[in-house]
Amino acid sequence: MMTQIPEMRSTEELREKWKTPEVISGSEILLRSLVLEGVDTVFGYPGGAVLYIYDALYGFNDFKHVLTRHEQGAIHAADGYARASGKPGVCIATSGPGATNLVTGIATAYMDSVPLVVITGNVFSSLIGTDAFQEADITGITMPITKHSYLVRNVEDLPRIIHEAFHIASTGRKGPVLIDIPKDVSAAKTLFTPVNNVNLRGYNPRTVPNKLQLDKLVRAISEAERPIIIAGGGVIYSGAHEAMYEFVKRTEIPITTTLLGLGAFPSGDELWVGMPGMHGTYTANNAIQQCDLLINIGARFDDRVTGKLDGFAPKAKIVHIDIDPAEIGKNISPDIPIVGDVKTVLEMLIPEVERASKADAWRTQIAQWKLDKPLRYNDEGKVLKPQWVIELINETTKGEAIVTTDVGQHQMWAAQYYKFNHPRSFITSGGLGTMGFGFPSAIGAQMANPDRLVVSINGDGGMQMCSQELAICAINNIPVKIVVINNEVLGMVRQWQNLIYEKRYSYTDLAGSPNFVKLAEAYGVKGIRATTKEEARAAWQEALETPGPVLVEFLVSKDENVYPMVTQGSTIDQMLMGDE
Amino acid sequence: MERNTISVLVNDQPGVLQRVSGLFGRRGFNIESITVGQSEEAGLSRMVIVTLGDDDQLEQIEKQLYKLIDVIKVVDLSAKPMVARELALIKVKADPSERPEIMGVVETFRASVVDIGSTSMLVQVVGDTQKIDAMIELLKPYGIRELSRTGVTAMIRGNVQ
Ligand SMILES: Cc1ncc(C[n+]2csc(CCOP(=O)(O)OP(=O)(O)O)c2C)c(N)n1
Repeated sequence: MMTQIPEMRSTEELREKWKTPEVISGSEILLRSLVLEGVDTVFGYPGGAVLYIYDALYGFNDFKHVLTRHEQGAIHAADGYARASGKPGVCIATSGPGATNLVTGIATAYMDSVPLVVITGNVFSSLIGTDAFQEADITGITMPITKHSYLVRNVEDLPRIIHEAFHIASTGRKGPVLIDIPKDVSAAKTLFTPVNNVNLRGYNPRTVPNKLQLDKLVRAISEAERPIIIAGGGVIYSGAHEAMYEFVKRTEIPITTTLLGLGAFPSGDELWVGMPGMHGTYTANNAIQQCDLLINIGARFDDRVTGKLDGFAPKAKIVHIDIDPAEIGKNISPDIPIVGDVKTVLEMLIPEVERASKADAWRTQIAQWKLDKPLRYNDEGKVLKPQWVIELINETTKGEAIVTTDVGQHQMWAAQYYKFNHPRSFITSGGLGTMGFGFPSAIGAQMANPDRLVVSINGDGGMQMCSQELAICAINNIPVKIVVINNEVLGMVRQWQNLIYEKRYSYTDLAGSPNFVKLAEAYGVKGIRATTKEEARAAWQEALETPGPVLVEFLVSKDENVYPMVTQGSTIDQMLMGDE
Repeated sequence: MERNTISVLVNDQPGVLQRVSGLFGRRGFNIESITVGQSEEAGLSRMVIVTLGDDDQLEQIEKQLYKLIDVIKVVDLSAKPMVARELALIKVKADPSERPEIMGVVETFRASVVDIGSTSMLVQVVGDTQKIDAMIELLKPYGIRELSRTGVTAMIRGNVQ
């Protein structure tokens, strides 16, 4: 197996040299600017409109460029890179079909507030608007799913635009920014002077909260008898997990973490009550419904969390802390709104708060719920259970791996049964629920963390949505451990059909799927299959011990459902608990 | 549901109207009218948007607008004493015999006739939305051939901003 990706080699010296003005092409401006922004990895796919850019990339080894096999693979990989590292992910695609292939990935990043800088080529400026070959109005198409976008009309604007794009993507509420570069702009030459300052009048994210609101919260905590914290992705994105831990330990308020918040607080802790919402724990959902003080920190009251809005946390005084003012009052109007960066807010709060002293009975109640109704599944028969597979992965990696998932039942089981201890170690498409995300995002996460174990957990359905990226794992020796939980059906959809559509299993049977082991082997990736617990243990052990990428296929029962489950239109304490 | 008038100061960038109107459509906010033109500052345009919604919705609209990088300032004009004006051009069927009657309506409304054809008159009226609605109602019986309204532009009274 060969390694295609050259090591980065841009030296401080070179960076310094690039800071001196020089006449170069738009393409070279782009590459140098990316290096000056600190970019070390770019995912992309060439085509006519980005030929000048790719020509400039020829022999350019100052960052790694990974040639994926589909633009969707490139953008999900860039997304995984960003979620795992906290740095903006970068991807390049050509005009028209290349650009439109990015749309799902841009929307995925937008929904989950992931910083991306997406570079697309476009046709010559003179051809824009003429339905030219491979022309698509990608700025227009992606306007509703980007934080901001640029169509570069003039090569002189390029340095400023690139710098602004990185600034916008990675500050405030993070998100994807698109830069569309017509072919003539990437060819044109101009004097390149790096830009170091931004001047955006309409963009001033507010990070420091209003002190009066904080005081209200401090008082509310001291008065609360049944307080609960909901922590979301915002805690992780703002780098607030340590402050979060301190805040919780100081106040001893129980905490639930949303899907994107998993890892924001160590899941082994006694104050952690699991995930809330549709597939949340009995304890988390009951705690929310019965609490008298709900402190939402960096989560957005998504409908998968709240269930029926009217009837959500009916007895609670609601506090909402968010960097994005528009999230406050969007779904739920809080009694105490706090706009600010989560880390800043928590650090200001910590010295002010004390142990929530009136909440002892509540803590006892919560501990009791956890004991009475833990997550569980029936593991009596001979068939391999998917939950057991997740537990196996959890046990053997001691919760230290970076786990990415695709979308479906396996995603929920991973969220429920893997015990996350660190931020940025669970990478999953929450807001958009994008199948095809799991595997390529793992590639990005691994590139950002070459020394960590990255496990990608996929369903047999979603694995087939970006399986072509097995090629880049093989050729670049990216050692992701790829798990396929094969239940031979579109499990999560089938679960709804089972529970809500009277077992009318309309088009959820995946007959015709490939032999995943052979599929992996066809790309030069090791493949192993397991059908029993013994085989599963051995296969997984072998995967962990084998250097380089490995795909392990676990054949599991197709009739397993994810529980608890709150059906749509119910309040979250109305949970189906499964086998009772 | 109330009728709200908001003024949005934006960077005069290509696509900015699409960003603003797209945001309304995507978030399920309604636009009753939207006008755009130059502002007092070079490089900035002012949009005046009339929208129907309750207070919560208005608050969301303002917050969502502020998320657009090209939006500099949003002001809820309807919360303050404001002057709101709209212009309409109305081509009304007018045989010579009907002209004096129509002229009567035009004068009462302090509107003006800006063109006369052999069987029609072109009336220009400026005023708040109700005034223009009323004028149109009165001209309807004669037969309106063509109607074009600009949508509302507005400003706060007095010395404030
Ligand atoms: C791109 C895309 N298409 C369709 C869906 C709807 N969907 C959600 S879960 C699911 C089934 C996933 O099946 P599989 O990948 O086998 O995982 P499982 O649920 O069996 O673990 C589908 C089709 C989606 N989320 N994303």
